[in-house]
Amino acid sequence: MVTTLAMPEPVAPPAAPRPVSVAPAAPVNPAARAVIEIDDVDFCYGASKALHDITLNIQERQVTAFIGPSGCGKSTLLRCLNRMNDLIDGAKVTAGQIRIDGVNIYDPRVDVIELRKRVGMVFQKSNPFPKSIYDNITYGLRIQGQKNKARLDEVVERSLRGAALWDEVKDRLHESALGMSGGQQQRLCIARAIAVEPEIILMDEPCSALDPIATAKVEELIHGLKKQFTIVIVTHNMQQAARCSDRTAFFYLGKLIEYADTRTIFMNPANPQTEAYVSGRFG
Amino acid sequence: MSAPTTTAAAIFNRSTPAKRVEQGAFWLLRLATYFVLLSAATIFIDIGWKGGRVVFQKQAPFINVPFLTEAPETLSVFEFDGKKMALGDRAFRQFSAAHEEKMKHVAVETYAYSAGGIFPNIVGTVLLVFGSITIALVLGVLSAVYLSEYATDGPFIRFLRLSIVNLAGVPSIVFGLFGAGLFVLTFKFGMSLLSGWLTLAFMVLPIIITASEEALKAVPKGYREGSLALGATKFQAITTNVLPYALPGILTSSVLAIARVAGETAPIMFTAAFVMRDELPWQGLSKWTDFFFQGVMALPYHIYNVASKIPQNEYTRDVQYGTVFVFLFTVAAIAMTAVILRQRLRKKYKW
Repeated sequence: MVTTLAMPEPVAPPAAPRPVSVAPAAPVNPAARAVIEIDDVDFCYGASKALHDITLNIQERQVTAFIGPSGCGKSTLLRCLNRMNDLIDGAKVTAGQIRIDGVNIYDPRVDVIELRKRVGMVFQKSNPFPKSIYDNITYGLRIQGQKNKARLDEVVERSLRGAALWDEVKDRLHESALGMSGGQQQRLCIARAIAVEPEIILMDEPCSALDPIATAKVEELIHGLKKQFTIVIVTHNMQQAARCSDRTAFFYLGKLIEYADTRTIFMNPANPQTEAYVSGRFG
Repeated sequence: MSAPTTTAAAIFNRSTPAKRVEQGAFWLLRLATYFVLLSAATIFIDIGWKGGRVVFQKQAPFINVPFLTEAPETLSVFEFDGKKMALGDRAFRQFSAAHEEKMKHVAVETYAYSAGGIFPNIVGTVLLVFGSITIALVLGVLSAVYLSEYATDGPFIRFLRLSIVNLAGVPSIVFGLFGAGLFVLTFKFGMSLLSGWLTLAFMVLPIIITASEEALKAVPKGYREGSLALGATKFQAITTNVLPYALPGILTSSVLAIARVAGETAPIMFTAAFVMRDELPWQGLSKWTDFFFQGVMALPYHIYNVASKIPQNEYTRDVQYGTVFVFLFTVAAIAMTAVILRQRLRKKYKW
């Protein structure tokens, strides 16, 4: 288990705690199935070690947030989950296992293409393709060979509704996606990810480039999506983690410092470093 | 700290050594630019004026149609009944047949290639350009995709890149001899379009590979990652979501390549270009594959010939300037099609 759960005496509470709104008593089901099991994982970029001995389980149909200061390894860990790190020369998992539904995804027999169909991803910088909205949504299905127009139309509508974007764009499906606002573009990327019906959606700081209103919309969306998908979100914004996640993992210098219910992490953290970070005293 | 008034005076119009150097440097830069401009203007005005007089004429249809539609002929100049005559081959033969008796005593001077037109040369150059650019683009884009998307950086790939860059520095005459040795003699393609295409394609490959690689690198990483994250294979990501956006940049490289391919004489003089050939490329083919195994006339080689292989006089000068003028125009027209194509693609894939 997590090494740092050994409870030191909590340090004195901060002088003026930042008001943090926490998701109202998220019904954390302790019996929920662990979809992703990360087991003693070490990860290296060439010679430099980015993750040390990470162990955590991610529950099905919950939102799990990774927080921590820049360079703490949270994005690296996220990108291990759909093997996007394979694209970087010299980057690899050097120890431990990551299992999704019990299958070690770094097993040489695992088909990365299949893995990525099941583990979708939304990036920090929204990256709609310079194609029409319709072509963006159907991209994932088309490369799988789906040509049936009726089926594609249906998926476009379902995905856009799922991303709360249908009413805004239904009249301009065949216009370029680059004409949309920043927030719409990011929701389009979410719609594009859910169009291929993954089990898990990874979000790498999805709101870092968005204004507060667009951010609120995406957060609302995340809230709705967790009924259907397991969501892992990396965020720099602690309020965001507090508002929309069920469980939160705090990373620092490539180590998992603390992992617990979001409420616990924000209201009653076990580790003084976590406490200092969530109360805004560093990072 | 000096008084405010002296400070104010110091701000205005004080000449310091640094400012004088600045002024001098500014003029040096300006003069250098003007000098370049002047040289270019001199060349273009000279060609435009003297060549324009050959290609255009005062009477309708205002363009010297025979010059653009006929093959080169030998010009015969002679004095007949006190009149100075200058006739091309066919006209001269008709004239001599008509005045057979008198012509026996007339001294005739002949000048090669100075009559007729340059149509076969235009056709040959256009064929050489399109063929070699097609081959170079296909080979070049495939290699660029491999180098920038698939190959993992290592000593071998670095050596490969270095070789490609070095290839760009090889003089064109060396490519000509290489093509003659490999395609003409070893592969027995003969002096043919195919030999010329391949030789020219190899000559411009470095330009196309280097520029295509840059164009591929300029496509944002997010498009690749976005595709891969949706379960695309690398090949699918490249063909659907990287290569289309790189096409405008690749076409820019092909504009440079077109100018080089069209202009080079050395690579084609041993591989594809004939000084003189009576048939046009589509005439007298016994089977369609013969098309690729025939030599052609080409504008740059024609210029070389009329400028250095025949005695110079005022008649040859006309054909020289006219050919150069048409040559520049042809290259510009081909390059323009690439530019227009690029503009269209840019509009289609804006990012």
